[in-house]
Amino acid sequence: MSLLDVRDLHVSYGAIKALRGVSFKVEPGQVISLVGANGAGKSTTLNAISGLLKPVRGRIVFNQTDITGWRADRVTASGLVQVPEGRQIIATMTVLENLMLGAYPRTDRDSVDADLESIFSRFPRLYERRYQRAGSLSGGEQQMLAVGRALMARPRLLMLDEPSMGLAPLLVNEVFRLIAGIKAQGIAILLVEQNARKALQLADYAYVLERGQIVQEGDAASLREDARVISAYLG
Amino acid sequence: MNITQQIVNAIWLGGVYSLFALGYALVFSVLGVLNLAHSAVFMWGAFIGLVAVTQLNVSVWAAIPLAMVVSGIISIVLDVVAFAPLRRRNAPRISQLISSIGAAILLVNIAQLIFGTQPQRFPLGSIPSDPLEGLPVRITPIQIIILLVAVTLMAVLQYLVVRTRAGQAMRAVAFNQRVASLLGINSGNVFRMTFFLAGALAGAAGVLFGLAYNTITPFMGDSVALKGLTVIVLGGLGNIQGAVVGGFVVAALEVFSIAAGGSNYREAFVFTLLFLILLFRPQGLVGQAAQTRA
Repeated sequence: MSLLDVRDLHVSYGAIKALRGVSFKVEPGQVISLVGANGAGKSTTLNAISGLLKPVRGRIVFNQTDITGWRADRVTASGLVQVPEGRQIIATMTVLENLMLGAYPRTDRDSVDADLESIFSRFPRLYERRYQRAGSLSGGEQQMLAVGRALMARPRLLMLDEPSMGLAPLLVNEVFRLIAGIKAQGIAILLVEQNARKALQLADYAYVLERGQIVQEGDAASLREDARVISAYLG
Repeated sequence: MNITQQIVNAIWLGGVYSLFALGYALVFSVLGVLNLAHSAVFMWGAFIGLVAVTQLNVSVWAAIPLAMVVSGIISIVLDVVAFAPLRRRNAPRISQLISSIGAAILLVNIAQLIFGTQPQRFPLGSIPSDPLEGLPVRITPIQIIILLVAVTLMAVLQYLVVRTRAGQAMRAVAFNQRVASLLGINSGNVFRMTFFLAGALAGAAGVLFGLAYNTITPFMGDSVALKGLTVIVLGGLGNIQGAVVGGFVVAALEVFSIAAGGSNYREAFVFTLLFLILLFRPQGLVGQAAQTRA
């Protein structure tokens, strides 16, 4: 059974059809990448899965439960966690408060402290700055915080929307190392990236999205060699 | 005029104003809308406290928490009836503001129907009213009680908002509802909780105000409503610490203008202040341009 099964997803913004029948799957422990140009519908797909947008048509099945039309907070509580574009950390709260908010929907309060410790050992800089306002962190640190906060929810599937956006090249590498580390932990990842080259190096399988439809799919390795993909996204 | 006496008066009145204005600030901070029915909940709090003392024969000590709980529930109903349907439709904030004005009129009219328009009073001896002896200034036990209750409630609120899980959820929703929902926070629950807290604070303020002035009418919310607005504009809209500071500033201004012989103009002083703040420092005296909300 797939961990996430998206079937024939249609989403509209008023009269504009943003998604026109998107279908794909994520298997447990896999990294799946959605590749596509600006406005292809990558973020729309993630937001529809997260429950921020209501699909016009289609079904979203997560962990063998139909979650189509669920409220966003319920989707997150079920273990499907999104790190939205632009980090969206809560600037007015401290680093520690942001991380603890990540664990908000969890019922196993006892193991939260242990998870916090493991996040801090993974991101020593967040530990050093735990009492600082999150808004005072650098862009890279904010991305670490956003990912750390999502991990505090103990996701079964982590959806990352443009995690490397706006970061210096050195930090981009760091973010991708981080994602590789999360994958090694066995957490499935749905990755939306404009940096298709990096995304395809990391992913197991990828889908190419164009104008709200999936136009190509395949093993990430084979897509990296594909002439069309190279000219459109890797050139 | 006796300055010390005026300071004492300003402090206890400031406690009531702060308590009342905190409800405005809370709702504004989390939902970004002004709840103009807040003063009607305040008035209901006073009546519930009165009914508890006169009809149920409970002490003032029991009447305050009772009035807080019932006012909190009234406030939740207010959210469900006057705000939530508009939120679901993504109605502009101004619609929600107007809806709250309608709710305020309704709440005042219901109170008129049930309680009549004649001023009502707490029975004599509900609370000791003789001034304490041996002090250089005139302080009555009720004034001390008002201040203690107000300060305690403010401290409890501060603790709730900063330290508890529910408070953190409130702050997250205040910062960005969409992000909060991605964190697994049910914003509907947070809104209802915010309205409950705001209503409970208004209810407590209503009982305390009713005890202090001992004139309870369906219209008692009117003048407090505008003073409460002045308080939160002064403190920076939606700024909790600002609301506390603002409450004491407005009370001081009012008390000193009375003492200076301007009793008839005391509201004019307060609203001149409001006018000046809006002109010169619209972000409030305490807040910065980008303030911390909740």
